[in-house]
Amino acid sequence: MVMYPTRYHRPNSLEEALKLRADHEEASYLSGGHTLIPALKQRLARPSDLIDLAALPGLRGVKLENNVLSIGATTTHAEVAASPIVRKAIPALAGMVGTIGDRHVRNRGTMGGSVANNDPAADYPAAVLGLGATVITDRRRIAADDFFVALYETALEPGEIIIRIDFPVPSQAGYAKFRSAASRYAVAAVFVAKFGASARAAVTGAGSSGVFRLHDLEQALAEDFSPAAVAQCKVDPGDMLEDLVGTSEYRANLVLVMARRALEHLGEACSYK
Amino acid sequence: MQHVTLTVNGTKVSCDVPDETLLVTFLREHLNLTGTHVGCDTTQCGCCVVHLNGKSVKSCTVLAAQAQDGEVTTIEGLAEKDGTLHPMQEAFHRLHALQCGYCTPGMIMAAVNLVDTYPEPLTEEIVREQMEGNLCRCTGYHNIVKAILAVAAAKHGVTDKAPAPAGAE
Repeated sequence: MVMYPTRYHRPNSLEEALKLRADHEEASYLSGGHTLIPALKQRLARPSDLIDLAALPGLRGVKLENNVLSIGATTTHAEVAASPIVRKAIPALAGMVGTIGDRHVRNRGTMGGSVANNDPAADYPAAVLGLGATVITDRRRIAADDFFVALYETALEPGEIIIRIDFPVPSQAGYAKFRSAASRYAVAAVFVAKFGASARAAVTGAGSSGVFRLHDLEQALAEDFSPAAVAQCKVDPGDMLEDLVGTSEYRANLVLVMARRALEHLGEACSYK
Repeated sequence: MQHVTLTVNGTKVSCDVPDETLLVTFLREHLNLTGTHVGCDTTQCGCCVVHLNGKSVKSCTVLAAQAQDGEVTTIEGLAEKDGTLHPMQEAFHRLHALQCGYCTPGMIMAAVNLVDTYPEPLTEEIVREQMEGNLCRCTGYHNIVKAILAVAAAKHGVTDKAPAPAGAE
């Protein structure tokens, strides 16, 4: 497959990247490229310019401060999965990142790229929403609840760059995914997290509008943060995706199964196929 | 055009290539290093795996320009200059870890990186999970896993005798 011709840029500063983007209306930012490059090869997109964010200073790395875990946008999945800081602070998050794609994909793919792309079957959006994280961009802070808008659509403005994401450290968390054996994307996956007396639960892979919160389950988990809480929860098949992998009824059931398994295996990530 | 400079298998190379040139195209068509294969061309099969700055990557999904100034190792760079095979190549040969051979360069590059970088001792379960990014359409996984475990065991001094292939194969 052959891509449309494009122009490649590797700016060395945020200012330079923003200026390039402002000067080229049809440009795309490029991070690890493990979603964008396949899309370009299929001629699904035709950016006039690619602005590679890999060389921007300050966008890569992991930091823990005041019970908030900050992950830089261009930190690769392999780096997050292997980070002793992430593994200690939020082991379910490190585990989740370790289930993305395969080891070669994890060596290139980045958190910022995954979150900005908001693929409805990607893993990261579940953790961002399930942990109530904050997306910090070159111009503002966006709460996870306001960030994910629709399939492949986020609150990011044209040209806006994710700098880092701040994840509050929960007292407990878990992630369970049923994945497509071929693509390794989630068919349904659930991230659960406990913060003091409240809880959050987010679902990826299954929703017809992308990642979403399971409010029923969150209320039940606030009372009893255990697998038993899942029994009180219902998922409407009308809100589910339907495709070759599974019907909407199948996915609605699978969401609850994954929620239960996430709660049965707190402190880790489970991936089923 | 981009002026791409890389160190490939220890040799510094430079080429002017269109900006959208993939790393695998750069290797195969500009450097004539055709050992790196293109299988699915959709980031799934792993036939195109090479090492970029010490990490295994799918070279069909990296632009040559993204690899600028990087160090690349391909299957052609594994054997010694006198032709002595890398232990992983030797193990694939000895344990019949290939059939048609199409996936083999990517399998071997992935396997070498796995054995060199995995932080814990490798088990069969870990090898099968970590090699999921490489597909063999001859379904030759069994002996591939054996070859990787044999190299890992030899590296860690667990055994100097590789397991023989099972009689049924």
